[in-house]
Amino acid sequence: MKKFFVIALLAILGFYLTIAFLQIPFGQNRLGQPQDEATVGAYYLNNTKEKSAVSNVVTAIVVNYRGFDTLGEVTVLFLASTGLASILYRRKEEEVERINKPSSSLLQTGSKFLFPLVVLLGIYVFIHGHLTPGGGFQGGAIIATGFLLMLIAYQKYHVSHSMLTWVESLAGVLFVSIGLWGLITGGTFLENSYFPKGVLNSLISGGAIPIIYIAVGFKVAAELTGVLDILLNTKEEKSVPSNQNEK
Amino acid sequence: MIYVYTGAIVLLAMLLVYVALYAIRQKDLLYAVIATGVVSLILSIVFLMLQAPDVALTEAAIGIALTTIAFVITIRNTARYENDNAQSGFNNKKE
Repeated sequence: MKKFFVIALLAILGFYLTIAFLQIPFGQNRLGQPQDEATVGAYYLNNTKEKSAVSNVVTAIVVNYRGFDTLGEVTVLFLASTGLASILYRRKEEEVERINKPSSSLLQTGSKFLFPLVVLLGIYVFIHGHLTPGGGFQGGAIIATGFLLMLIAYQKYHVSHSMLTWVESLAGVLFVSIGLWGLITGGTFLENSYFPKGVLNSLISGGAIPIIYIAVGFKVAAELTGVLDILLNTKEEKSVPSNQNEK
Repeated sequence: MIYVYTGAIVLLAMLLVYVALYAIRQKDLLYAVIATGVVSLILSIVFLMLQAPDVALTEAAIGIALTTIAFVITIRNTARYENDNAQSGFNNKKE
């Protein structure tokens, strides 16, 4: 009976999806050529440089034209890391030392050397998000890999969770308040044209876009680092049955 | 020249499908996780060749490094080998 319902539900879903997709004319260029003024892609390509002074059009779309989607993505990531933390986080007194052996001195020295460079690369990527490929998500993820290196190499290495929470919350508040400032001054959420624009192709350009990307970078880095730290510090449960076909 | 480029992308895509099938069929989950990391690596190269460097950067940082490591940590805390007799997912209420 349950299976019948599932199959019926899937059939209905598939039916309506087929109808919806059949109305899309396949094989046509829906993005349009830059000469064809009527299409969305042409609008972005033609007007981004003058309107927002951003040389990376992808960044302008992600942060400004589709900025609300980016806010939603950051919120999804925040909820995911919060959920994981609420399941796996243990307080200080229950904390158990990690089960693995201390890592080799080669790994320790290498990570100590590489950690600042990786963090620097991440910061570069999200500060230059409006000039070069990359941005807040990419830079934040790169910074989190740097912290991951330190967490793997040193057993004693700990990131302060209250610090992470503060960074994350302040970055989120900064993002939303820039959006609200656009709403107050320009009439739409994340309206960018009321910020000073700066010179195209220079570091300070694009109005609020670099500020938002820096906030997103800090937020993503804090979230992913927190997730990795919680995952690594989870103690091994004795109740998990050890697998029988281990060779 | 353009045919060489397209051919390289098609070859990479076929390799990607092969590695992904290997990851599905492998019983040793550690090998399977490394194979998914390789899938992300090939995918990010394909993205770069298709002129999407933003997506390639995201795929490289999240797909290759963070997801793989998260799965490795999970495997270390649970079991390494896939058990054929175990019922999959949440459907084991019938016993």
